[in-house]
Amino acid sequence: MEKAQDILELERRFQEKIDNDIRIEPNDWMPDAYRKTLIRQISQHAHSEIVGMLPEGNWITRAPNLRRKAVLLAKVQDEAGHGLYLYSACETLGADREETIDDLHSGKAKYSSIFNYPTLSWADMGAIGWLVDGAAIMNQVPLCRCSYGPYARAMVRVCKEESFHQRQGFEIISKLAQGSPEQKEMAQDALNRFWWPSLMMFGPSDDDSPNSAQSMKWKIKRNSNDELRQLFVDVTVPQAEMIGLKIPDNDLKWNEATQHYEFGEIDWTEFWEVVKGNGPCNYERVETRRKAKENGEWVRAAAVAYAEKKKNKELAVEA
Amino acid sequence: MKKSDWPLWEVFIRSKQGLNHKHVGSLRAADAEMAIENARDVYTRRSEGISIWVLESKNIHASDPQEADSLYDPAHSKVYRHPTFYDVPDGISHM
Ligand SMILES: [Fe+2]
Ligand SMILES: [Fe+2]
Repeated sequence: MEKAQDILELERRFQEKIDNDIRIEPNDWMPDAYRKTLIRQISQHAHSEIVGMLPEGNWITRAPNLRRKAVLLAKVQDEAGHGLYLYSACETLGADREETIDDLHSGKAKYSSIFNYPTLSWADMGAIGWLVDGAAIMNQVPLCRCSYGPYARAMVRVCKEESFHQRQGFEIISKLAQGSPEQKEMAQDALNRFWWPSLMMFGPSDDDSPNSAQSMKWKIKRNSNDELRQLFVDVTVPQAEMIGLKIPDNDLKWNEATQHYEFGEIDWTEFWEVVKGNGPCNYERVETRRKAKENGEWVRAAAVAYAEKKKNKELAVEA
Repeated sequence: MKKSDWPLWEVFIRSKQGLNHKHVGSLRAADAEMAIENARDVYTRRSEGISIWVLESKNIHASDPQEADSLYDPAHSKVYRHPTFYDVPDGISHM
């Protein structure tokens, strides 16, 4: 057993590595709290990628043409890939993959609250790619420099793939914004519904984010929630103006002195309600995932049985 | 682990002819054949590879990072193994 003073020494050396930007790898010693924080964050990130396929999957069969359908299909397939990179990063910390997935299904684990909003029209595919993937990129780019090696490497792959996601969304929404009055109205309506939930994707404001300081010290997190949210607003507002859509915020104005946009108060009551499970689609999303696992059980079992049979046959031939 | 749970595989990809296979991550699959198929879908969606190796994770043996000092320390003092250790007089070339 490790003595208390040994642990203090290990912790000191661990923090020294972090301070010197030396990455932590799976077999390296790490404090339990660091491991737990990462397992929670990476598994929730993985769940978000997987649940995130559902609102868009809803429109694959109803894409307006073959090109849009192929693109959306490729985008959703990427999100499945992102989930898999992240589950495997999570497993390097000793987490059991199936258990983390069961935690999602029991409601114990969370995922990004944005995916609890419904996708009501094709324009929502535009708003999601443009805003939701746009916000995800802002969150994920700093994670490429996260102190935990496997998470950082997964994020590098993810970020490379995300930029196409945002562009395809922007293409959809700008095409609609330049279309007939009805199409423009669809685009504006999608922006109206997804704007505020997208701002909420950066998490609670810094004053309400008690674990942030520790995550920053461990270099799991590199920027505060409010910093990233501000960056997102600053780059997105001009994009909306460019395609002739109006951001649904009457308090939005450019501040010449700070060189930033000021924006209205976020409805945090709505945010916490959705986090707690009371958003428009929480039940449906988790239920869909739970059923997918349940209904796929026989397939997984059959694959194992087949693999065993094949192995036994090979052994028989060798003998 | 339940009976229906699949084992973990490490995936190595050769990105182009002439380069080494490089570790890219891991995945779950029932057997090697499925692991290769899944690796194709998970790790080479954008032509990142021309060859895939998969290896069941339980078959990997790794050095212990806690022993890194005693393992690698002996090499640190042997600077004479590097060409930069030697002075080559001016006027000497092709060396
Ligand atoms: Fe993603
Ligand atoms: Fe994405």
